[in-house]
Amino acid sequence: MSSSDKTRRDYSLVGESTRRAIETGLASAEWYHTEVPRKVMKELMQRRDGPAIRDTLLWFALLIGSAAGAIWFWGTWWCVPFFFVYGVIYGSSSDSRWHECGHGTAFRTRWMNDVVYQIASFMLMRNPVQWRWSHARHHTDTIIVGRDAEIAVMRPPDLLKAALMFTGLLDFRYALPGLFRQAFAGLNAEEESYIPEMERHRAVVAARWHVAIYLATVAGALYTWSFLPLMLVGLPRLYGSWHMVLTGLLQHIALADDVVDHRLNTRTVLMNPVSRWIYWNMNYHVEHHMFPMVPYHALPRLHELIRHDLPAPNPSMWHAYREAWPVLLRQLKYEDFYLRRDLPPSARPYREEFHALATPTAAE
Amino acid sequence: MAHWIEACAVDDVDEEDVIRFDHGGRTFAIFHAPDGRFYATDGLCTHEKVHLADGLVMDHVIECPKHNGRFDYRTGAAKGAPVCVNLATYPVKVEAGTVFIGLD
Repeated sequence: MSSSDKTRRDYSLVGESTRRAIETGLASAEWYHTEVPRKVMKELMQRRDGPAIRDTLLWFALLIGSAAGAIWFWGTWWCVPFFFVYGVIYGSSSDSRWHECGHGTAFRTRWMNDVVYQIASFMLMRNPVQWRWSHARHHTDTIIVGRDAEIAVMRPPDLLKAALMFTGLLDFRYALPGLFRQAFAGLNAEEESYIPEMERHRAVVAARWHVAIYLATVAGALYTWSFLPLMLVGLPRLYGSWHMVLTGLLQHIALADDVVDHRLNTRTVLMNPVSRWIYWNMNYHVEHHMFPMVPYHALPRLHELIRHDLPAPNPSMWHAYREAWPVLLRQLKYEDFYLRRDLPPSARPYREEFHALATPTAAE
Repeated sequence: MAHWIEACAVDDVDEEDVIRFDHGGRTFAIFHAPDGRFYATDGLCTHEKVHLADGLVMDHVIECPKHNGRFDYRTGAAKGAPVCVNLATYPVKVEAGTVFIGLD
């Protein structure tokens, strides 16, 4: 296909790219998987309550402890380090808890997944019903333009917007009004494109609960004539989300779109143990997308098992950003440009014929 | 009236596990429950076209390998989002170490 024939990316979920993705078979396509013996995969997928209970108790302890410190020292500079910890636990680690419990893989006991999912969804200002379906679509059509509702950085990249993500302002700007709109006016056309009709009323009810809690928090702040209630509920979504963005942006930026091989569009990054705990091992992101039902605590084992078939992981976040940055800059002019990562000699090659429709230009 | 199709040997499916069985352009999932009984359902998740045989069997529940869609494979009942549509089930009989499924 010549470049003149190529349809410009339209990121709406009900537009030209959507129609094209469905027509060409990119939507709901069969994805490449590294071969793993059934017995091994079954063992990797096994659920356990122990690791997630331990991590969740630590999560709540940090949350309550840092909140207590922040309240105790409220009005002095000593509250800052406590809010720093509280913000990251509230605004960043809630993302990985939301994610893992949404997949139903954190705990073996179902209700534990559901409880943590609801709490984390509230912290993130995410409608728990809407985002469950949005994330299912993200896994069906990962970075397929016009289908994936969770593409963080679109092309050509808006670098100012990407930078502002670290402040939480942009997400906050859309998340909170979105909940109010869903609570009082209902879902929009894009949301209805991936939420089945029978689930839509539940999304509206969930939005109303979230809005009610935020209104109660505002009432509490007015009653006490203090910002403290807002610093503890709601605003951490602003000042504490930087770590979520730091790790989350690396999942897919600068890599290929409109392909059906997660080795091309997803990145695994090795990182320090604190970030890995906050992120619940989602740094093993190629592995997670290939096998989404493997629990977070088994991802390092899965990584060792299939790394021979994957591009080499980035050895650090710094390395990954250094690798992605020049590609993002080039995408400002050439939006088809992407970072194509080399496979080791032991890997099965990329199936080029699956991706011939997009004909993007790859960085070698 | 159902006609019986040979699907697999009893030993082909571990207890609390599943295998894929393709026949006549269709795909099925054959389950071996922890109590030793066998069950058969359509092989693809009703949410997205993903093979259930790649998923995880826990007790009497099969979980789709892609989106955590869960079904009771004895009845085909969907057990909540992201699956809303039940799975079709088929009668099963075991004779002389062979599993048969009944198709219309």
